[in-house]
Amino acid sequence: MPRYFTEEHEWIDVDGDVATVGITDFAQGQLGDIVFVEVPDTGAELSKGGDAAVVESVKAASDVYAPVDGTVTEGNGQLEEDPALVNSDPEGEGWFFRMTLGDKSQLEGLMDAKAYKVFCDAL
Amino acid sequence: MTDTEFTGDEAGLETATLPLDAWHRAKGGRMVEFAGYWMPIQYEGIMAEHLWVRENAGLFDVSHMGQLALSGDDVAEALETLVPGDIAGLKPGRMRYSLLLDEDGGILDDLMITNEGDQFGIVVNGAVKWEDIGHLRENLPDDITLNHNEDYGLLALQGPKAVDALARLVPEAASLVFMQAARATWAGHAIALSRSGYTGEDGFEISLPNEALEVFADALCAMDEVKPIGLGARDSLRLEAGLPLYGHDLTPAIDPAEADLGFAVSKRRREEENFPGAARILGHLADGSPRKRVGLLVDGKLPVREGAKLFDGEDEIGVVTSGGFAPSVGAPIAMGYVPRDHAVPGTAVAAEVRGKRVHCTVAAMPFVPHNYVRKTGG
Repeated sequence: MPRYFTEEHEWIDVDGDVATVGITDFAQGQLGDIVFVEVPDTGAELSKGGDAAVVESVKAASDVYAPVDGTVTEGNGQLEEDPALVNSDPEGEGWFFRMTLGDKSQLEGLMDAKAYKVFCDAL
Repeated sequence: MTDTEFTGDEAGLETATLPLDAWHRAKGGRMVEFAGYWMPIQYEGIMAEHLWVRENAGLFDVSHMGQLALSGDDVAEALETLVPGDIAGLKPGRMRYSLLLDEDGGILDDLMITNEGDQFGIVVNGAVKWEDIGHLRENLPDDITLNHNEDYGLLALQGPKAVDALARLVPEAASLVFMQAARATWAGHAIALSRSGYTGEDGFEISLPNEALEVFADALCAMDEVKPIGLGARDSLRLEAGLPLYGHDLTPAIDPAEADLGFAVSKRRREEENFPGAARILGHLADGSPRKRVGLLVDGKLPVREGAKLFDGEDEIGVVTSGGFAPSVGAPIAMGYVPRDHAVPGTAVAAEVRGKRVHCTVAAMPFVPHNYVRKTGG
């Protein structure tokens, strides 16, 4: 299943017409200890680059953006109880939400793992 | 994802580096702009650093703060024209928390004043030190000498094991009690230390020559109980301790009574009624101020941060001035201003965060008990 990355440090796993979205290991490292995650409601209509979720570290609240257009099918309820999952397993159990894909062609503008690593190394 | 915290607000001024800049980076410090300087916000992580200080000892670099000294005839009386504390009655080797007030009693800065025998040492906030220096120069008599000591850095060693660690280097440390200060010598350098700090824990602040900072910091951090601690944990520690942060919880629009800092208005000064804004402040202390700084315990896990509006039902009643997750409390906490009829501990208020109402309860501060050492050997 292909995984894409944004310049705002979200990852998106695509499986047919459905995708899973989270923030990258680099992002959680930058944020530090995560104490709260606000995931979007099921049914929420997201547009590429628009606000999708909020992640709160000890120090700051940060916006998480939708990597592509789509409709939320599920938020990760586990993060309500255990927001630190985003620190311990950001690109696995710490996923934020699942969504349908409104326009698959938008994936073409995103980075693959190799390109994202180069992007992070340059920061 | 964006991270908007600690962006530089000193537009137009080049961000300065602290004497220990390279040391912080070598220790893994993540550097951010704060008060015009590159400063470490964290090393291993705010949560771990915060909890380390509550159990062990943490070393903070606070060299961005202004270290000033005033000397001259009748210097105490001169200083008393600008602050509400009893400075003339401050004995040598003693220090006091005080407030620089404008003519209306608004708070220009909070500061520590130490009677060093031959002069008064003053430590002011880094973000407003140049404004403070200007205010002091403008308002003190010409025969008072103001020295801004930029050749010295300032370190804070905070936590229950701070005394054991520091006494290995500077034995005099163990004989001081809270808010006492002394001069000492370390490795041939003239240093000054005080048993004080801004975390709510026992601890010390140590002023020493810039060229000695790195060796001293290394000597402390070589000890098992000492780790370097960043600004992030400094902020969460002082918030739990109920201590206000200038520029956030204290501003020129706020007077000491509103800020719940009545203890900084000394008894003799209240009787003499001769400090800036005395009429307003004494009126507020006697009759209650219209609004007051309070602590807030936050229900749930959603942090309530600076700027969040406070409500009683549909009525907007106040604002949060500091807030965040409190590692030792294990929940979000905040401080802010509410009308005096809402300032009683136990009062329910609601904070607005991203359009949602979060239930909060007014709480007595500190949120975590202070652990100051007021007697040696006790």
